[in-house]
Amino acid sequence: MGRYVVRRLLQMIPVFIGATLLIFLMVNVMGDPIAGLCGDRQCDPATAAQLEKEFGLDKPVWQQYLTYMGNVFTGDFGTAFNGQEVTELMSTAFPVTIRLTIVAILFEIVIGITLGVVTGLRRGRPVDTGVLLVTLVVISVPTFVTGLLLQLLLGVEWGWIKPSVSTDATFDELIVPGLVLASVSLAYVTRLTRTSIAENKRSDYVRTAVAKGLPQRRVITRHLLRNSLIPVVTFIGTDIGALMGGAIVTERIFNIHGVGYQLYQGILRQNTQTVVGFVTVLVLVFLVANLLVDLLYAVLDPRIRYA
Amino acid sequence: MPEQPDDDGAIAATGMGGAMDLATSEGETLEKTRGGPEGAGPQEKPRSLWSDAWRDLRRNPVFIISGLIILFLVFISLWPSAIASGSPLKCDLAKAQQGSQPGHPFGFNGQGCDVYTRTVYGARTSVTVGVCATLGVALLGSVLGGLAGFFGGASDSVLSRITDIFFAIPVVLGGLVLLSVVTNNSIWPVIGFMVLLGWPQISRIARGSVITVKQNDFVQAARALGASNSRMLLRHIAPNAVAPVIVVATIALGTYIALEATLSYLGVGLKPPSVSWGIDISAASPYIRNAPHALLWPSGALAITVLAFIMLGDAVRDALDPKLR
Repeated sequence: MGRYVVRRLLQMIPVFIGATLLIFLMVNVMGDPIAGLCGDRQCDPATAAQLEKEFGLDKPVWQQYLTYMGNVFTGDFGTAFNGQEVTELMSTAFPVTIRLTIVAILFEIVIGITLGVVTGLRRGRPVDTGVLLVTLVVISVPTFVTGLLLQLLLGVEWGWIKPSVSTDATFDELIVPGLVLASVSLAYVTRLTRTSIAENKRSDYVRTAVAKGLPQRRVITRHLLRNSLIPVVTFIGTDIGALMGGAIVTERIFNIHGVGYQLYQGILRQNTQTVVGFVTVLVLVFLVANLLVDLLYAVLDPRIRYA
Repeated sequence: MPEQPDDDGAIAATGMGGAMDLATSEGETLEKTRGGPEGAGPQEKPRSLWSDAWRDLRRNPVFIISGLIILFLVFISLWPSAIASGSPLKCDLAKAQQGSQPGHPFGFNGQGCDVYTRTVYGARTSVTVGVCATLGVALLGSVLGGLAGFFGGASDSVLSRITDIFFAIPVVLGGLVLLSVVTNNSIWPVIGFMVLLGWPQISRIARGSVITVKQNDFVQAARALGASNSRMLLRHIAPNAVAPVIVVATIALGTYIALEATLSYLGVGLKPPSVSWGIDISAASPYIRNAPHALLWPSGALAITVLAFIMLGDAVRDALDPKLR
């Protein structure tokens, strides 16, 4: 197990460097990092040169990247356009998005897996067909449309929720945004669980468990579910990174001041430090979540042993 | 594409663990209710995978419905004026936010443009972006993935690491960063971005598929007979390995259309005066209370389009997946 973790950690390094370098290049080479610093007007050449020197932009790109990464690993993500430390922005933004992601993941686990188990066990019945149709529709409607519609119906027409979330963004305010964020993945989790359950239902070990007289409840929870959830756990694990990165749309609709909001502002105002910093952290989250999922396999499936 | 939606997340996740087989194709929408052997007389010559799949598809109502929707979409994107007279750019502010009236069944949007005309013309953008992005992704992904799977070794490991890198970047975020610096206001930067971030998904599928096919006896036989690499790849491997790529690409087409709309909604995809459902939905969202129709019609068109392509992909998968036979 220890050796496996070390190997996986070593494999993560090139991926981390590659992904951050890619983002760094996109922002710094294709964009103009100092354009946002002079407001809407163009910087005059002397100021531009001074700023470039100040931020080390006159050096070659690889050197800039190394300096930046060196700073990141000492906890210095640079300064945003308004003089705020990027780490300060992160400390206000990440808790909000993490809460939103937790709500979304809970929806995926509770509703997605429940629906998947129910339909997987009743394959071909009306419930199954109905839920499958609904998942297909949910997958087809893009998140921003779902979000706007729910905001219109629940927030404006019926007044069940406040159409926009306050700056505190407490858990109860995030229920509907969390559902919107989770919607597409929720449908995938349902379908994945359903297929997995339906496949494993026919397996030998389930027949054995039934034959030796275990109550149905125990067969499902201890034997069927445990084995069927492995692909689902993978999906949810890889989804954590995608949800946090994809929260940008949901956060814009419900005016949530989380990671997506800060990133969006950063991109609009061409604030490179914020953008690169946040994306770097998001990439890290994605990689760590994947690592954790791989380690979870061993817990879920005793047949898997890491040497 | 990894929007998450990615695209088909289950497939995207395959490469991560290595410790498991995720080949469980997750969407068997229609249970195969195939009866006994129909007309499989001994004298009938064996059907190929493709003609068999086609036979299957023609009987599948899901395929027929989604196929008809897609044909209609292609038709109106080629000749939008056939069903919508007037220009999508002709707007009259005096009529802003007005509801349905004779000659203008969908009403007017916030700028006083006819929602019906704009919705019809928006199909062209979506279909073009979807088709071009899918072609680009499928071509680049299957060539790179196929070569890596066939030759293996160092090139394979390098490619696998590169795909890992692309998977680590959230799609919408990558789009925002990359497209926000582009000033060219056409559909090509959007398509280029989708190809750039989408190919790893296909390349992973193609690689796996080629590795499976490569081990078959007929490939070994061809090798033993002295076939060149290119002949083995083109004549023997490609036709047998392309099915999973087609399935994933069809479903991805739907997600690319949704992604284009999402990026346009965020203001970095297409920009006015381009006509796109994403732009219209974005423009209508501030007036959602007074003129919900301006938001609902393009949203509905978008959802139906994406649905049609996903359903088509599901039907094709059912027809091509030998595991269900």
